[in-house]
Amino acid sequence: MRKTYILEDLDCAHCAGEIEAAVGKLAGVTSSTVTFLTQKLVVEVEDAKADKITKEIKKVVKKFEPDVEVVEK
Amino acid sequence: MSKKLKKRIRRVAMGAAVYFAAVLLSHLVPGMNGYISLVLFLAAYLVIGGDVVKNAVMNIGHGQVFDENFLMMIATVGAFFVGDYPEAVAVMLFYQVGECFQSFAVNKSRKSIAALMDIRPDSANVIRNGETAEVAPEEVEIGERILIKPGERIPLDGVVLKGSSSLDTMALTGESIPRDVETGDGVISGCVNLSGVLEVEVSKNFGESTVAKILDLVENASSKKSEAEHFITKFARYYTPIVVGCAVLLAVIPPLAAGGGWQVWIYRALSFLVISCPCALVISIPLSFFGGLGGAGKSGILIKGSNYLEALADAEMVVMDKTGTLTKGTFSVNKLVPAEGIKEEELLEKAAYAESYSNHPISRSLEEAYLTRGKGIDAARVGSVEELAGHGVCAVLDGKNIYAGNDKLMRKQGLEPENVEEIGTVVHVAEDGAYLGYIVIADEVKTDAKEAVDGFKAAGMKKIVMLTGDRKRTADYVAAKLGVPEVYSELLPGDKVDLVERLIAAKSEKGKLIFVGDGINDAPVLARADIGVAMGGLGSDAAIEAADVVIMTDEPSKIVRAIQISKKTLGIVKQNIVFAIGVKVLVLLLAALGMASMWAAVFADVGVAVIAILNAMRAMR
Repeated sequence: MRKTYILEDLDCAHCAGEIEAAVGKLAGVTSSTVTFLTQKLVVEVEDAKADKITKEIKKVVKKFEPDVEVVEK
Repeated sequence: MSKKLKKRIRRVAMGAAVYFAAVLLSHLVPGMNGYISLVLFLAAYLVIGGDVVKNAVMNIGHGQVFDENFLMMIATVGAFFVGDYPEAVAVMLFYQVGECFQSFAVNKSRKSIAALMDIRPDSANVIRNGETAEVAPEEVEIGERILIKPGERIPLDGVVLKGSSSLDTMALTGESIPRDVETGDGVISGCVNLSGVLEVEVSKNFGESTVAKILDLVENASSKKSEAEHFITKFARYYTPIVVGCAVLLAVIPPLAAGGGWQVWIYRALSFLVISCPCALVISIPLSFFGGLGGAGKSGILIKGSNYLEALADAEMVVMDKTGTLTKGTFSVNKLVPAEGIKEEELLEKAAYAESYSNHPISRSLEEAYLTRGKGIDAARVGSVEELAGHGVCAVLDGKNIYAGNDKLMRKQGLEPENVEEIGTVVHVAEDGAYLGYIVIADEVKTDAKEAVDGFKAAGMKKIVMLTGDRKRTADYVAAKLGVPEVYSELLPGDKVDLVERLIAAKSEKGKLIFVGDGINDAPVLARADIGVAMGGLGSDAAIEAADVVIMTDEPSKIVRAIQISKKTLGIVKQNIVFAIGVKVLVLLLAALGMASMWAAVFADVGVAVIAILNAMRAMR
């Protein structure tokens, strides 16, 4: 299934790319796209992992950008 | 300006004041104790760059060595160790000022993008149990009635039940002339109601309505990335580690090889670290594409991805369907040629009556022409009507037999009609064995079709092709009128795919083929072309789904505009790539040779980023 998150206060374009790559490597994620300008993260995730993925994404984002707030849309 | 940014600016300004005080003091008091000076500069440094240091330290904990904050910290702390206190602080100050500029520019472009997408309706006034209630558009169901007051945005697609008004479709089509609607007309969500109150029956729920589809499309467009964006992502992945690696080598090898001079080489290596962030490119390239997509959207051109925007610039063949693309796809009476002694009015009247029971587009156009002359059809005058397949019709009007149809029908009546050389469909009319004349009905060429074809020529298209299922004579006539060099006519839908396949095989490796259709029955061709463009997307779901680019109006000249926007955007992208990489490499070289200070390095980092962002914002216009 497809999930969309808003990355509030995402200021660093380079980090956006790193977050995209790191989220893409999470188990169960088949595609991950971060759009720096709209501050959006869109992931395709296997249905079985869909519940837990939000928590894992938050962890990844915190690692790269501690100031960014992840809000599920 | 965001609160966060304001706070940052205030802090940097404060630190700058401390910094200038320290500089002034160390000049006024020549024999000042070195430690006092260090403390002063350190204080300024921490006020200015405290957040950078904090982020850097936190990121080390996460194993993020190539983080921009970390690299800035190493570079400036290194400068402290080498003894360049003022320079260490100044570099941090310059970096922070640049970052503030960058945030400001990014915020600004985010806002303009948000403005472009500002077509989402906030609420709908739904009429339930005789009362109007304001609810979210998502809550309104199909078949419910909504009220739209002047000045409000139409929340859902529907049909006008009561009232008339004019609608501003600017946000959807880029068209500045309002569109008039009255009872019975369809209205499209996202338009703004300008003058009268409208009562509308909802025909689609919010998720299926035009405005939701367009927003979804625009928001997802940037996730289909262009080749240039992929290049930058890859570049960024290798650039930073390579530059940092070079910095380490630069700090260690020359002093070991030549002996001594550690300070000089470490200073040069530190400059490398400052330049090692690829931010200028990482921000400005996607921003350029976003700007290009947004600019196109403003003119009523929806492009479904950055990759298609990029491909448009490489277009070298354009293949257009005739009907609905270059011509209006609606029939109208072009010419009335009465026989001797017959009035035009009479000829049209007889034909319109004879055809009044048919729903064929040709018949409708006759009736319409009659109605626009202020006449109405009085059904009581028409007796029996007989359709003669492949020939036309025979109707009894006021007790007389009227024949309307092709030349075969006339010959059957023993008449020899004129041999008509006109383009289009010819309807001959006869009354009780007497020939009354003929009427030419033709599809009209769109007013800007010629402009579009000329535009393609000016844009350097190698091939401009028109396809149609229509008769050769009509096709050749339209092509000649518009100056289309290559025409294929009398094609079946399957033939169109084959033909496009052949053309794709014939184009150059990098070149792209654009196919333009009305999106109604050419979905396979739209899908097969490199770039499928559908015309008249407003209100047509099929077109929005099938194509890569949707022209919201009926104007083919918008495709030329799309190509121009694409070329402009790609131009900006190339400028930024060459400029940013060029300046960085140049400053790296100069720094390695000891000819560039850390100041130049900061410029190569944030200065270049700000310039590239400002340049990227041009793509929006």
